[in-house]
Amino acid sequence: MDLVSDRGRRITVDELNTTQLLSHARKEANKRKLDDVLIVDVDAHHYENEHMQEILPFMPNDVQRQLAMASTARRGPGGSLVPGQVGYQDMGGRVTRYPLRGSEKTGEGKIRDVQLGHRWMDAMSVDYSCLFPTGMLAIGLHPQKEMEVELTWAYNRWLTEKVLPDSDGRFYSMLNLPFQDPDACLRMVEEFGHRKGVTGFMVTTVRHLGVHDNAYMKTYRAIEERGLSLAFHSGVNWGETVFRGLNRFISVHALGFSFYNILHCTNWVINGMGERFPKMPVMWIEAGLAWVPFLMQRLDHEYMLRSSECPLLKKKPSDYMRDMYYSSQPMEVQDMGALETTFRMINAETQLLWSSDYPHWDFDLPTVIWDLPFVSEKAKHNILGGTAARLFKLPPRNEKQKANLAKFGNVAA
Amino acid sequence: MKEQFVGKAAEFKDGDRRIVFAGEVEIGLFKDNGQFYAYSNTCLHQFGPACEGLIIAKVDEPLNADKTSRGMQFSETELHFVCPWHGYEYDLRTGECVADRRMRLRKYDVVQKGDELYVLA
Repeated sequence: MDLVSDRGRRITVDELNTTQLLSHARKEANKRKLDDVLIVDVDAHHYENEHMQEILPFMPNDVQRQLAMASTARRGPGGSLVPGQVGYQDMGGRVTRYPLRGSEKTGEGKIRDVQLGHRWMDAMSVDYSCLFPTGMLAIGLHPQKEMEVELTWAYNRWLTEKVLPDSDGRFYSMLNLPFQDPDACLRMVEEFGHRKGVTGFMVTTVRHLGVHDNAYMKTYRAIEERGLSLAFHSGVNWGETVFRGLNRFISVHALGFSFYNILHCTNWVINGMGERFPKMPVMWIEAGLAWVPFLMQRLDHEYMLRSSECPLLKKKPSDYMRDMYYSSQPMEVQDMGALETTFRMINAETQLLWSSDYPHWDFDLPTVIWDLPFVSEKAKHNILGGTAARLFKLPPRNEKQKANLAKFGNVAA
Repeated sequence: MKEQFVGKAAEFKDGDRRIVFAGEVEIGLFKDNGQFYAYSNTCLHQFGPACEGLIIAKVDEPLNADKTSRGMQFSETELHFVCPWHGYEYDLRTGECVADRRMRLRKYDVVQKGDELYVLA
């Protein structure tokens, strides 16, 4: 196929091959012997919108299902089911795996997204990936509460019944909660919480509902009782009122991911959720790390002046933030001193989890952690997979990984 | 420095590119306006195949005398190549990373002997 460059220039490319595209990642992994390190990617993606014909039959309601399937049949993959996002993730085709994705060949047998996933995981030396959707990260913008419930239910069934079982145990997930309907959130935990490969649940943060609302306490309690985790996955939304004045995607992307996590993390901390659910691991995903020191400083400062507004807190907001977990990508590395300070402030050795975000445009390799000059060997092993292995009970895949997990105290109970 | 054979010069049209392997080293060779340029194929960002992505003109945003923007347009003179992994963009004539020109890809000399092209690696 042709990639269109400027002024109509066309570059012919035969097809995408993920293994070939990421051959340098494999080379760098070999140099560092990363196969000896258990590596867990706590945030990877697939394009579920390309499989809606397989997902939609799992919608429980006959009428909603017929509406959705008719729409998809007419409009193609995804149809108009999930709110769309204005954006240019592929940078005008510069990130070539976007326009070429459809050209990649997969074989018979395993589900296509499993095959593609294993290719990038093998290239990066990743042992396990937490698989999240792409388009459905914007499900919180859906105007119909019942459709959010139907679509997340269908996706979670398809994921847990078709995709995860096909992945040789290398994919797991934290399932999307239909947050507009608190009762449906609880039903989701009750129905799916025990399924194989489910390590917890995830709230997409591109939404305005307060995560501290009393209506959600039964869901959080159900998650905590089951020994599962809760994640908040950020996103981008150019339609957000405060972002309408931004004229470039770089601006919306840079601010958006941080903005939504800042918003919801503030509610989570100020309303004492850490006191209410102290045993539930909580994770903040895909907003990078630079926002965390900012929010710690900001909330601690205000707390010292206005603690009467947060009576549930028994320590500073930053202390609660240090109890939570953060995914690393996209890790801001331009000021290494600031990054080192960030690692100190979040207790990275125990609270930071590496993530790739592959195949999205700003993915990170494991080398972003491995090559850091100021991080101890123990911290590198923890961040790349040891901490996640403990949290999600993921076993080593070879003897050297087993020895390394034992060496740094990360063998799952 | 070892001469690594690339191919016949006549095989290259303007705008062509080829990846050359010299042992473990990967080199991207470009032809633009009759000139050959050769750079390391390892992106300075995260080791991506820097020379294997889109070749595209620099994006400019000229200003009017009153400082108002005339919008974005493609440059008529400066050509870039883009790492396909994340979009790190390099000046085709210098190998400089255009977002921070203090950073540049390693450049290799290209030698033509008769009709045969070599890179010195």
